[in-house]
Amino acid sequence: MPQVTLTVNGRQHTVDVEGRTLLVELLREKLGLTGTHVGCDTSQCGACVVHVNGESVKSCTMLALQADGDSVTTIEGLAAADGTLHPMQEMFREHHALQCGFCTPGMVMTAIDLVNAHPSGLTEKEIREGLEGNLCRCTGYHNIVKAIAAAHPLMHAKAAE
Amino acid sequence: MGFEGIGASVRRREDVRFLSGKGNYTDDINRPGQLYAFIVRADRPHARIDGIDTAEAEKAPGVVRVFTGADMAAENLGGLPCGWQIHNQDGSPMAEPPHPVLAVGKVRHVGDPVAVVIAETRQEAKNAAELIEIRYTDLPAVASLTDAVAAGAPEVHDGVAGNICYDWVIGDKATVDAVFAKADRVVKLELTNNRLIPNAMEPRAAIGDFDTSSGDFTLYTTSQNPHVIRLLMGAFVLHIPENKLRVVAPDVGGGFGSKIYHYAEEAIVTWAAGKVRRPVKWTAERSESFMSDAHGRDHVSTAEMALDKEGHFLGLRITTLANMGAYLSTFAPCVPTYLYATLLAGVYKTPVIYCNVKAVFTNTVPVDAYRGAGRPEATYLLERLVDVIAHDTGIDKVELRRKNFIPADAFPYQTPVALQYDSGDYQTTLKVALANADWNGFEARRAEAKARGKLRGIGISTYLEACGIAPSAVVGSLGARAGLYEVANIRVHPTGSVTVFTGTHSHGQGHETTLAQLVVDQLGVPLSQVEVVHGDTAKIPFGMGTYGSRSLAVGGSAMVKAMDKIIAKGKKIAAHLMEASVQDIEFKDGSFRVAGTDKAKALHEISLAAYVPHNYPIEELEPGLDETAFYDPKNFTFPGGCHIAEVEIDPETGVVEMVNFTAVDDVGRVVNPMIVEGQVQGGVAQGIGQALLESALYDPHGQLLSGSYMDYTMPRANDIPAMSVATENTMCTHNPLGSKGCGEVGAIGSPPAVINAVVDALKDHGVRHLDMPATAPKLWSIIQAAQPRLAAE
Ligand code: FES
Ligand code: FES
Repeated sequence: MPQVTLTVNGRQHTVDVEGRTLLVELLREKLGLTGTHVGCDTSQCGACVVHVNGESVKSCTMLALQADGDSVTTIEGLAAADGTLHPMQEMFREHHALQCGFCTPGMVMTAIDLVNAHPSGLTEKEIREGLEGNLCRCTGYHNIVKAIAAAHPLMHAKAAE
Repeated sequence: MGFEGIGASVRRREDVRFLSGKGNYTDDINRPGQLYAFIVRADRPHARIDGIDTAEAEKAPGVVRVFTGADMAAENLGGLPCGWQIHNQDGSPMAEPPHPVLAVGKVRHVGDPVAVVIAETRQEAKNAAELIEIRYTDLPAVASLTDAVAAGAPEVHDGVAGNICYDWVIGDKATVDAVFAKADRVVKLELTNNRLIPNAMEPRAAIGDFDTSSGDFTLYTTSQNPHVIRLLMGAFVLHIPENKLRVVAPDVGGGFGSKIYHYAEEAIVTWAAGKVRRPVKWTAERSESFMSDAHGRDHVSTAEMALDKEGHFLGLRITTLANMGAYLSTFAPCVPTYLYATLLAGVYKTPVIYCNVKAVFTNTVPVDAYRGAGRPEATYLLERLVDVIAHDTGIDKVELRRKNFIPADAFPYQTPVALQYDSGDYQTTLKVALANADWNGFEARRAEAKARGKLRGIGISTYLEACGIAPSAVVGSLGARAGLYEVANIRVHPTGSVTVFTGTHSHGQGHETTLAQLVVDQLGVPLSQVEVVHGDTAKIPFGMGTYGSRSLAVGGSAMVKAMDKIIAKGKKIAAHLMEASVQDIEFKDGSFRVAGTDKAKALHEISLAAYVPHNYPIEELEPGLDETAFYDPKNFTFPGGCHIAEVEIDPETGVVEMVNFTAVDDVGRVVNPMIVEGQVQGGVAQGIGQALLESALYDPHGQLLSGSYMDYTMPRANDIPAMSVATENTMCTHNPLGSKGCGEVGAIGSPPAVINAVVDALKDHGVRHLDMPATAPKLWSIIQAAQPRLAAE
């Protein structure tokens, strides 16, 4: 069976996988990182979004083998070691941007990449367009948009420190 | 600690778990030695099963067993039960054909489960499933309501003539006909309520576990009501007594009704786990969800209103065809009857109403309650009809509503369709919504949009719903085979912290926060010392779960009753400890106090005495401070309000942009305003989805055309506007909290507001009505067709 070596949330793993194993399957089933979710089979819901080398990727569309040598961050890897939430996590909580929580890991990972990619600011429209690949059935998006807008200055202030 | 009681927008306690990836959803659970189930489903809408050959599949790598309907039938297992019996207008009971767990003899819809492969891995189960050969003889099929009731239509079930499940009426036809005969004017509208697929983001999943030493079964499942599943599956399908069956509904990723029902897969994995003596897990792929989760809505109706010269509503006459799909899902029969026709008075004082509902079998996925369940259908019909009356009579649409409203001083108000409303103030919600939406400034916005080449429209809906489901005796008399009370167990621990065991279930609603706020309010315990437990039949008492916006109004009321008992007992203990009479003990802010003195004992001192009863009135009082209460509501609750939508249509493309949405709802007492706003926003988004985007489509022969996110348009962030959400509350008069419920109002009130806005935008294009969803191609065609006429004018 082929092997893949990758770093997930700062820890290196070498795992046996089948050629067709998806990255999301490796994370959920081999590494027990069940925070990353699967909401569809057509790459459209975004529940599975993780960061690969810092950029958001739908982990249901990537083979585990393709992540060889990569650095992956999942929702479990966002908070600081002492449990302090990432500003995006904090703003999701503050603005009630989650209900059932199922879309949330993917939303948060997408949102962080979106904010990182727009250091000078994001309009409401840009946020909504940036969430194009993420479905939420619970919130109506209103509070997700608010949370992302609120996290933007916090994240960039932090980056400037 | 800041203010954490009733009325505080406390941030949710469940959020850190969900935001850190620590949620525990069913598919996140894995049991030692677990196998995987793959379900082979019918790929055709209607066929006789001539044979199933599983020999090759059984030999495939990793396969442990393959089961078919014959294996289940051989053990005399029951079919999936229906929880509600409706009677026909002639008094006979509805047709209730069997619903086998795995198909026997025939398949009746695309997605009908036929066989299950149990294998070591998901992939092996799936691979082996391909090796199963099913020989079918195709039968003619029907998918649409009108086809199913046409003369000579193929029969979905042998012996169910004309595919009619029931033919039900409410109201007296002769009385209503007489009113119509004398009316100054009759306005008629034919409309459909489009079929929807709920699409909770978490696909359904189930794990059956069998303890080979004790013979106990455990089912982990994506359910809104674990006790209901235990009862239905244990008593009716698998014949497992309650003491041997535990059902756990852990974190559940949205439900919206679709996770109320007892589904075949739950019975399959539980039964199969016993057969193979190992845990069996099944997780739906999204394409399976589309063809196996109960769908929603799907009505075709004709509505007529009789009017006097001034536009007063004199009588309403309706006929509705409601799609049941191929089998009766758990609560399906009550949706187009007691959750629909009883709502047809709405906020209006229409004196007489008659409604005939024919529920119809078709070769489609079963249809059951989806967020709002019957009430969105009633509201859409009424609020479209009112706008069409305004259109036909020239009466202003706001004025027409105002003059027909039930006035605020008319409560309690008995409608002609069985319900008695306890409270409401429709003029106020309307007034505030008009102000919040700047209704009067609209024409200027329309003109400005026109200058930009856009067609702008505004639409209003003044709606009412009935929730807080439901008084057991009432629903029993209407055909429910269940009681609909709720239960709470309040356990005050020795040092004064509290655990709440509730029969309700949270799958996004935030009960771990709001229900804890009730304890803060009533017992004066800080939030950090309150825990809410739900979703496990081994822990919680027998409660009915969460749907019909009942958790706070019914489940919260049960908590209030249980806490009343805690306080009553605590007073007796306090009286003993402080040598006072019970009548002199007051309980306030977490302390028992002897009235008029500074003698007091905190709750934790009382609870310690209760569990360490050394100095204790042990002759009269049992030790412990742990009380359970069941609360059976006295009536439904009646949230209502006003939704206003504003849209812009691009005439070049037909694309609708939602530019504003305003909601002003009366939901009774609000425990957590932040959560209420979130519930309304989410419901409105689903309503906008129904109005503009979503449609479950079948071809005429029963193939599901919208079977994935490529074909079924889910609302995305860009389709939904920023919303203005507010409440203007009157209190529910018959439950101790005054709360009415907020989970469904968004999805109930919003669709007609959106369609009314779209029709308003197209008013120069000769549009009187159009059916949902108002998709771009549909609107583009309407706009194109009107061009020559508009050019000529
Ligand atoms: S699981 Fe839906 S996009 Fe990956
Ligand atoms: S919070 Fe439930 S799907 Fe987004």
